[in-house]
Amino acid sequence: MDRVPILKAGDVLLVSIQTDLEDRTVMALREDLAERIVRTGARGVVIDITAVEIVDSFIGQMLAGIAAMSQLLDARTVVVGMRPAVAITLVELGLSLGGVQTALDLETGLRLLGAGPLDGGPSEAQDRR
Amino acid sequence: MTDAHEIRHEIRIATGDDIVRIRRAVRTVACAARMSLVDRTKLVTAASELARNVIGHGGGGTVRIERLISPSGVSGVRMVFEDAGPGIPDVRLALTDGWSTGQGLGLGLPGARRLVDEFDLQTVVGEGTRVTVTKWTR
Ligand SMILES: Nc1ncnc2c1ncn2[C@@H]1O[C@H](COP(=O)(O)OP(=O)(O)OP(=O)(O)O)[C@@H](O)[C@H]1O
Ligand SMILES: [Mg+2]
Repeated sequence: MDRVPILKAGDVLLVSIQTDLEDRTVMALREDLAERIVRTGARGVVIDITAVEIVDSFIGQMLAGIAAMSQLLDARTVVVGMRPAVAITLVELGLSLGGVQTALDLETGLRLLGAGPLDGGPSEAQDRR
Repeated sequence: MTDAHEIRHEIRIATGDDIVRIRRAVRTVACAARMSLVDRTKLVTAASELARNVIGHGGGGTVRIERLISPSGVSGVRMVFEDAGPGIPDVRLALTDGWSTGQGLGLGLPGARRLVDEFDLQTVVGEGTRVTVTKWTR
C-alpha cells in the first residue's frame, strides 16, 4: 500500500497528496498524522491537494476527520490547493467541509498557521516531551 | 480496428483498488467524449460514490462504462452500476440528502444524481440494485 509522506518544517507538518487516493491510504495517513503530531508537538498541519483530481464524500469526510483529530491534539489543519473543478463538484455533491480550514496555496496556508514562508520561518520546534 | 465510438469498459467492483480503477476508466472515457474538466470531475466523483455504494451496501458488483453518441451527434458517457445485494426498500428515502443506513453522510446517491444529467435507479429488495447515469458533453 502507498503511504503519503509527511514532511516537517518548523512546527508544521506538511503533506502533499500526489496520487489518486485509495481509501486505505487516506486512513493510514490519518493514523500517521496523529502519531507524528504527538511525537513532534507540531502545532499545524498543511495538506496540499493541488494534485488531487477528485474528492468524493469519503475522502472529504477523511479530510474533515483529520482536521477534527488534529484539533484535539492541539494542532490546526489547513487544506491547500483545492482545484476549482473539485470545489465546484463538492458544492454540488452537498459536502460543505464546514470544519475544514482551506487556503488557496501553500504560502497562504502556512501564513494562516502563523508559520510564515518556509525559508525565513522559525527554526525547528522543540519536541514537547 | 477499434472504433472510437465503441469505447466500453466492464469493471468488477469489490475492493478499494477497484474504485481507483473505475475513476481512471471514467476519466479516460470522459476525455474521449471531450467533456470539460469540470464535467469530467463531476462524472468521476459520481462514479466514485456509486462504486462505493456497490461495495458498502450492495456486497460488490460490476460497472459498465460506455461512450455514447446521441442521434443528433452529441457525445456522452453512460455508467451502469449493478449489484445483487439487498436492494433498497425505500428509494425516496435513499435519495434524500443526509439519509444513511451506515455511518456515511448520506450524500452519495442524491449527490451523484445532482452531478449527472440522467439518473435511473432500479432496485428489488432481496435481488439487487442497478443505477444508470448519463452525462452529456456540453
Ligand atoms: N447499491 C446499494 N444497495 C443497497 N442499498 C444501497 C445501495 N446504495 C445505496 N443504498 C442505501 O441508500 C442509502 C443512501 O446511500 P448514500 O450513498 O446516499 O449514503 P451512504 O452511502 O449511506 O453515505 P455516503 O455515500 O454519504 O458515505 C445507504 O445508506 C443505503 O442504505
Ligand atoms: Mg454512499
